Amino acid sequence: MRVSLFIPCFIDQLTPQVGLATAKVLKKLGQEIEFNSSQTCCGQPSYNSGQWEIAKEGAIRSLEVFKDAEVVVGPSGSCVAMMKKFYPELLHGTKYEAEAKRLSQRTFEFSDFIVSQLKITDVGATLNKKVTYHDGCHALRELRLKEEPRKLLRAVKGLELIETEEAESCCGFGGLFAVKFPMISTAMVQVKAGALARTGADYIVSSDPSCLLQIGGWLSREGKVIRPLHIAELLAMGIDDV
Amino acid sequence: MSDSKSIFIKEATLTSADGEQRQFIRTALGGYYKNRDIYQARYRDWELARDAASLAKWSAVNNLAEVLEKFVAKFEANGGKVHWARDAAEARKIILDLVAKANATAVIKSKCMTTEEIHLNDALEKAGFGVVESDLGEFIQQLRGEAPYHFVFPCMHLKREAISELFTKHLGTAPTDSPEELTMIARRHLRKLYITADVGITGANFLVADTGQISITENEGNARLTAAMPRVHIALSGIEKVINTIDDLTVLLPMLATAGAGQPMTCYNTLYAGPKKPGELDGPEEFHLVLLDNARTQILADPEQRDSLHCIRCGACLNVCPIFKNIGGHAYGTTYQGPIGSVITPHLRGLKDWNHLSGASSLCGACTDACPVRIDLHHHLLQNRRNAAKVVPNLFDRVFHGSFNFVIQRPALFSLGGKVFRKTFGLLKHLPLPYLGTWLKSRDLPAIPQKSFREVWKDSKNV
Amino acid sequence: MSEARKEIMGRIREALKTPSPKPHLKGQSSKVTGKAWLPEVGDTHAETMGLLSDNLAKLKASFHPVENLDQAIALVKDLAQKKNWKNIAYHKNDLVTPVALAIDGNAWAVDDSFSKDKLEAADVGLTSCVSIVAQFGAILVSSETSGGRGLSILPPVHVVIAKADQVVPDLAACFEQINLQFGGKMPSMLSFITGPSRTGDIERILVLGAHGPKELYLILVR
Ligand code: SF4
Repeated sequence: MRVSLFIPCFIDQLTPQVGLATAKVLKKLGQEIEFNSSQTCCGQPSYNSGQWEIAKEGAIRSLEVFKDAEVVVGPSGSCVAMMKKFYPELLHGTKYEAEAKRLSQRTFEFSDFIVSQLKITDVGATLNKKVTYHDGCHALRELRLKEEPRKLLRAVKGLELIETEEAESCCGFGGLFAVKFPMISTAMVQVKAGALARTGADYIVSSDPSCLLQIGGWLSREGKVIRPLHIAELLAMGIDDV
Repeated sequence: MSDSKSIFIKEATLTSADGEQRQFIRTALGGYYKNRDIYQARYRDWELARDAASLAKWSAVNNLAEVLEKFVAKFEANGGKVHWARDAAEARKIILDLVAKANATAVIKSKCMTTEEIHLNDALEKAGFGVVESDLGEFIQQLRGEAPYHFVFPCMHLKREAISELFTKHLGTAPTDSPEELTMIARRHLRKLYITADVGITGANFLVADTGQISITENEGNARLTAAMPRVHIALSGIEKVINTIDDLTVLLPMLATAGAGQPMTCYNTLYAGPKKPGELDGPEEFHLVLLDNARTQILADPEQRDSLHCIRCGACLNVCPIFKNIGGHAYGTTYQGPIGSVITPHLRGLKDWNHLSGASSLCGACTDACPVRIDLHHHLLQNRRNAAKVVPNLFDRVFHGSFNFVIQRPALFSLGGKVFRKTFGLLKHLPLPYLGTWLKSRDLPAIPQKSFREVWKDSKNV
Repeated sequence: MSEARKEIMGRIREALKTPSPKPHLKGQSSKVTGKAWLPEVGDTHAETMGLLSDNLAKLKASFHPVENLDQAIALVKDLAQKKNWKNIAYHKNDLVTPVALAIDGNAWAVDDSFSKDKLEAADVGLTSCVSIVAQFGAILVSSETSGGRGLSILPPVHVVIAKADQVVPDLAACFEQINLQFGGKMPSMLSFITGPSRTGDIERILVLGAHGPKELYLILVR
């Protein structure tokens, strides 16, 4: 398939390696990769802040950016949820509604795309590490992705997946919530990252880089050894090791 | 900033920094999670049961006029008397008049959040009527002069030592660290009051239209006693509690217990049809029901959030809410805490002063998944934010998002902006910038890359 | 019609002029009754009784299936002695009366002369019930079957004596029976009793006997 990468704004600027890993893994799986560099941000920050009129402009722009894409794949459950789930609602009743639905149907989160569209679970990676998984809330509850990333992880040779009771609890990022209510956000990440750190895993893996920003940011400040790692980075690393 | 918001920020800052108390709350909820999982797993299909519960409430709420009329006719045919209250003041007046007419010297109450909503106890006390809460948690909170912390678990924030001290101070009992003994102290203290009280006040969990009964769910038996012993029984209920048929309770009673308390069914689920009937031995001579609107019709008029009237006040959304667990119930400053409180309080008490609660959420959606009647809670928080942006213009937000949008509409500018940010980050991180500075107070950012993804991509055209 | 009623009804009718969509459901079915999704009850009588016994044990209620009334009498007599029950209050009924009188010839039938204070002083309340729901271990009592509202809740011990054929498999069947039996004329109180009174208000730790009975016995006569 011809995969059009959807690289959310903060991945672009802060963690480009996640985007590169995404491209690498998909390429390894035989996909043709393209990146339309006129993309910027999906508009979620404004949407979540209640500024829906402003968010609409961002949404309409994305419709234009991706209008010729065969499929759109993004390494962020949250930003994909914005496109897949919230664009059609945001643009409901406008002349863009049909196009928003068309984009929604062609847009996939990275692990979902590999497992449910390409029907692949074993990407041929090997990695002798222990990892624990963090379910980003948007991937889990808006996109209903729970098993998809785990199937990919379990197929990695040598990898041990340690589940925690806190796997599904929110990391406290929540976009601008993290800086509008920093005390609550920090208390939340303390609970979440604290539990993940206690697993003794080498990496905290997630399909959501924004959660990893929050979890990693707190772990680094607290001087913990466990490291955040995006699932695409992990798979890319495992492919290298082969 | 509104008063309610600044109080919220102050309280939430204090409580979220109290690691020990937060751990205590999580531990207290541990047993609930375990039992809830056990009993939910016993359902043949919990998700489809949620569908059924949701539809039962949906069909009543969306035909409220007819269902309510039907209920009232039946209720009165059973010998009860219905009173209508447009708002809290009217409800208080009705109840005060009833209590006065009963020549009451003592009033006993069982747990009812709607009475908290209308501040009934204050009004009764000001009018000179002694009123005692009989639910253990509410009894403790009344002695403390403090609002319930959680609308199902009113004193879950208290350690046994604090309760023991409270009882020693107010009831003169010997200190003890046994929850069992503390419970028995309250039991002994309240027992005589059921017998001597002239009026018993309760809430209602469901109003059953086809039979004219009211249904009360509880565990302790205090509501049973409150509705059995005093001469007059007054129940207060929101108009949205009505359901079509008694058969709807087939799902609603067990689900309320399982979702809210991790029980298969609560200890007592009682249906009342009128006062004591001829030939019956005991029970009240009068049975009054006060039906309260108090802005519920305003929620009803919002089709987008109408489903928040489905709420059966089980408390499941609080129990799973990371915000609730980390800031605690009192920080909200509302009658109804947690996600459902954040959704409905702006309707009940004004969007202008209470929209901050909808902002104080990571929108994780755990509440929506937990809700037995499928209220779309976290999306309603999002809608409240949108509504608030319209009616309470926030200049900072407008300018911030306006400029952000200006940038993201122009890829070259976005790219340049990102570059400037990355190159000057070493400097920026020392400045007291909004958002960035706040983030860096408790969290790091990853090492800032030299090049953005788009730059690397352009350079290599390959990976 | 009161002003308030008129106004509230008016507000409701006005509000409902704009319809709201059905909630997002998981299943496609629009069936309102959810009885099919509640916990399993098994197909056979033995399974139902097993379930009942299991549920009552989890609820910390004492369950005693007996073969006949004589066994019930012997059992309760024995309990009365061990537990030192002195003041017995009961509701007159074919099953209950002989048991109550066997423990104490002077046991008090609340039906004869009701007094709140006397009831408060009772050690144990003996009643019959409407039905028993195996699915949840719930015992349905009413103001008719159980000596009014107080007898099954005020004394610290509640003993229910019932016939085995009063057991219904599930809650749905129980409501069906209520509709059939009482139709338009409901007793003033119907109460599902699911285990002895309890609270978790202090540190969410379970304590039995908050305000209602601390001990609950179900004696089921074949
Ligand atoms: S909103 Fe749902 S989960 Fe929350 S209290 Fe109401 S019914 Fe329970």
